[in-house]
Parts: sequence; structure tokens; C-alpha cells
Amino acid sequence: MTIDRRNFLKLGSAAALLTGCSPLLRAAGRPKPRVVVVGGGYAGAAAAKYLKLWGGNTVDVVVVEPSSQFVSCPLSNLVLGGSKTIDDLTFSYAALKKNHDLQWVRDSVVAIDPERKKLVLGRSDFGYDKLILAPGVDFIYDALPGLESDAARKQVPHAWKAGEQTVNLRRQLESMPDDGVFVMSIPKAPYRCPPGPYERACQVAFYFKQHKPKARIIVLDANPEIVSKKGLFTKAWADLYPGMIDYRPNSAVIEVDVAGQTVMTEFESIKGDVLNVIPPQRAGIPAQLVQANNIDKRWCEVDFLTYESMVVPHVHIIGDAVSAALPKSAHMATSQARVCANAVLAALTEQPIDASPVFANTCYSYVSDHMAMHVANVYRYNQAKKIMLSAEGGGVSDAPSELEADYARYWAQNIWSDVLT
Amino acid sequence: MCISGSAFAQTPQYSPHIQVLAASCAACHGTDGNSVGGTPVLAGLDSLHFIRQMKAFRSGERPATVMQRHAKGLTEDEIVGLAAFFATQPRVAGKLPPSVKLEPSHDH
Repeated sequence: MTIDRRNFLKLGSAAALLTGCSPLLRAAGRPKPRVVVVGGGYAGAAAAKYLKLWGGNTVDVVVVEPSSQFVSCPLSNLVLGGSKTIDDLTFSYAALKKNHDLQWVRDSVVAIDPERKKLVLGRSDFGYDKLILAPGVDFIYDALPGLESDAARKQVPHAWKAGEQTVNLRRQLESMPDDGVFVMSIPKAPYRCPPGPYERACQVAFYFKQHKPKARIIVLDANPEIVSKKGLFTKAWADLYPGMIDYRPNSAVIEVDVAGQTVMTEFESIKGDVLNVIPPQRAGIPAQLVQANNIDKRWCEVDFLTYESMVVPHVHIIGDAVSAALPKSAHMATSQARVCANAVLAALTEQPIDASPVFANTCYSYVSDHMAMHVANVYRYNQAKKIMLSAEGGGVSDAPSELEADYARYWAQNIWSDVLT
Repeated sequence: MCISGSAFAQTPQYSPHIQVLAASCAACHGTDGNSVGGTPVLAGLDSLHFIRQMKAFRSGERPATVMQRHAKGLTEDEIVGLAAFFATQPRVAGKLPPSVKLEPSHDH
């Protein structure tokens, strides 16, 4: 007879109850510890799944997520390029919920009381033993006059959270004049998905090349240079889309004239037929509610062994909201989620935790519909500095290839399977 | 409850370090190494084969797109630990999540 880990845990806890030598015994008279995960993106979904996969029946897991659907940000630039539809990237949470016996609450967090360990949602209240926030990012529109209203944000979409915004931008590109100008802006790093904006320029260029070869793209980058895969993107733009992409570094957008279809930087005003302003970002609202975003009032400082906030005890934060020398990618979000899940379970059962976490990041960017390239690194906990540092051997592709586009597809299928089934 | 004794004897004990590290491979190789396709299934893979491949990725003897980067970032002990972990994972068919149409209300 083989016994998998889950059954082993069940047997283990049953045995512990009989022998009376485990802390679990103390929980016997009261309900199981409850872990609440706020957010059902890559980080939150992975945390919920692995809490149950590794914790089995020793823990109740509740997920709070306002959306009924999961829409993948990775690959969503391909919707702009035309080789994917948004429906290709949209999934139900049904399998995840059912397979792992998760309690799922479709609601938003209104308030968090970390001292009483209580969550106030739109329609109900929830107590918790452990709280994991996977809040994603929130857009900072304060420094972008002109984009205050919902109507303005619809006319000048960010398309930086996949969904209706992505479809909106694709429609605008389709109805743009054939010789039109597409203007996109990139905020100063750190922001979600470092190579994403440059991949976006490739995908829009891919669409223009086929359907509007006279169209042009102006990329206004607040950063002094391309943030990720610089050499590869520069070469891809020159080789695949010569003369089409006008890249302007050190060009932060400071104002938008929506009616005049114009964006302003410190130095110039640029008119476009379609505008796409990706605003600066900070930790999502649930993290702001507990003031866990203590770094520049934007990102959350955490203990990299547990992902517990350094400023709000007993509140764990994972994913893009975390302040770290780690890329804000989907793979990183899931890796952080699993370190956190392990640490939370260890704390609840008084088991040892992983004292030196190591995890990998693989991130692909598509330069066309069938060519992609990677950046890949292993990150290792540094005991002295108490942070995650890049290990040896990391780096980027020599060149984009069809083979890597296959691997990019396998990556997407496997990470979707991992977090959503 | 005599079964609990045999459970200890039969169930491989993974350190939390190896368990968490192995889970990081899931983005490309599926949960517990059960890939949905394309990338190799690591669940149930012979541990010696796993170790040989990782060493070949490290040395460059086996050319790869990304695996050389991951193999070089790990210690020998971690490679051995991962080999033992994946070798004992049951093979189950990895599945894609259910696809749905985007609801118009889904907006951020």
C-alpha cells in the first residue's frame, strides 16, 4: 500500500489525537484553524491550493475574491496582437474550489482588524487564525491629471489587468486609422511584469505589420532604458518591425488631455490616435487597508521566510504587492505563495519551516505570434541579508525562437493547471 | 492505529525545503511534476535519470533553452532531494482548468 502525503497527514493527525503528543490535540475541542486568503489571482489561488494540498484536513481555507472568473495577465498582450482572444485566457474557479474543498466567498474586503483577527467584507464578517493577502496591484492615478474619471480611463485604457480593459484596447487598435499613431507609456520600475510593456510594443507592431503597415508606435518610457531583456527587445524591434517603433526613454507621462488625445511629458506633448497609459502601481487595496504598504507607501516589506508583513503582525502578503528584488511575475507570485503556505501551516502545527527557501522564475515574452524568448533565474534566501538573491546561472535567451514560443505555451498551460485545478 | 507506524515507514519524508523547492517547478512541469503536456512529466521519473539530466544541463552536455539556468542555480544536495521527491510522486493526468467566456462585468 502506498500512502500519499495528504493521507499521511490525515493518518498523522489521527494518530496524534490518540497519542496526545501533538499540538493538534489542543485544537480537537474547537474548530480547525482557519486561513483566509484575500485575492484569487496567481498568488492567492496558489496559496489556497497548496494550503490544502499540504495541510489536508488540518486546516480550513477560505478565499475572498470579487471576480467570478480568472483572467490571465500572462499572454494577454497576444490579444492585442490578435493571435489569442480574451476567452482563451479566461477560466472558471470551479475545479480549484471542488478539488481542494475551498470555501469561496465572492466579495470584496472593506476593512481588516488585525488585532482581533477579523475581516469585514461587503456582505459578511470573517474571523481568521491566519490571513494571507494576495492583493495584486492598484494603479496610482494621483499623478496623472486628466485620468480622474471612469470615462477617461475607458478612453485611455491601461490594459494592465487582463479583462475588459484588454478587449477595449484591442478594439481601439482595430478601429484606428491605417496610418494612425499608437502611444503607450511605461511607469518607472518597479511595476507588474517588467518585460510586459516591451512585449506589448512587439504585439501591437505585429498587428500593425499585417493590417496597418503605415501605422506607428511611440513608446514613452519613464525609465532611462528598457527594464528587461533590453538587447533582445531592441533587436526584435529592429529586425521584425523596422521603422515602426519610436522608443523614448526618460519620458514619464505627467498629464493626459483626453479630449485632445494627447499625453504630456516634461519635455513634449504627443498626440496619438490610440493612447495606452500604464500608470505607476502600488500594493492592492487590501494591503493598504492594514497599512502594510510601508515601502514608499507603495509596496509591502515582508519576512522572506514566512511572507509575514514586517509592520503588521500575523498578516502575510504575497505576489506583486511585495517589495523585493524579485520580478513581479506570475511564476514568482506562485513561488512566494508556496513558501508562505508552508510557513503558515508550519506555524499552525508547530512544525519546522523551510529556513532557506529557494525558488525559480521563468518568464517568456512573445515578439510575434510564434516567436518568444525567456528570462530565467533561481533565487535563494541569503541568511545574512535576509532577502532573496539571484543564484548563479540565470539569464536571458540568445535570441527569440519558435521553440521557446512552444515552451511559453507549455508554461502557461502548466501554471494554469497548477493554480486553477 | 498500527497503520500509523507503517505509514511512517513507507512515506518518504521530504524536508520542507525540498517540498517547497519542488513546487516551484510546477509552473512548467505541473503540480507535483504532472505536466499537462509539452514539458516532461517529472512525477515517477527514475531518480538516477533525473540527476543525470540535471548534471548534463549544468555542464552543457545536454543543450537546453532554460533548464541549464535552473540546474546551475541548485546545489547537488537539492538536485538529489528533488530527484527523490519526483520519483515518488504518483502519476496523475494533469488537467487544464475549465475555460469560460469573459463576463462583460469583469473589469478592473
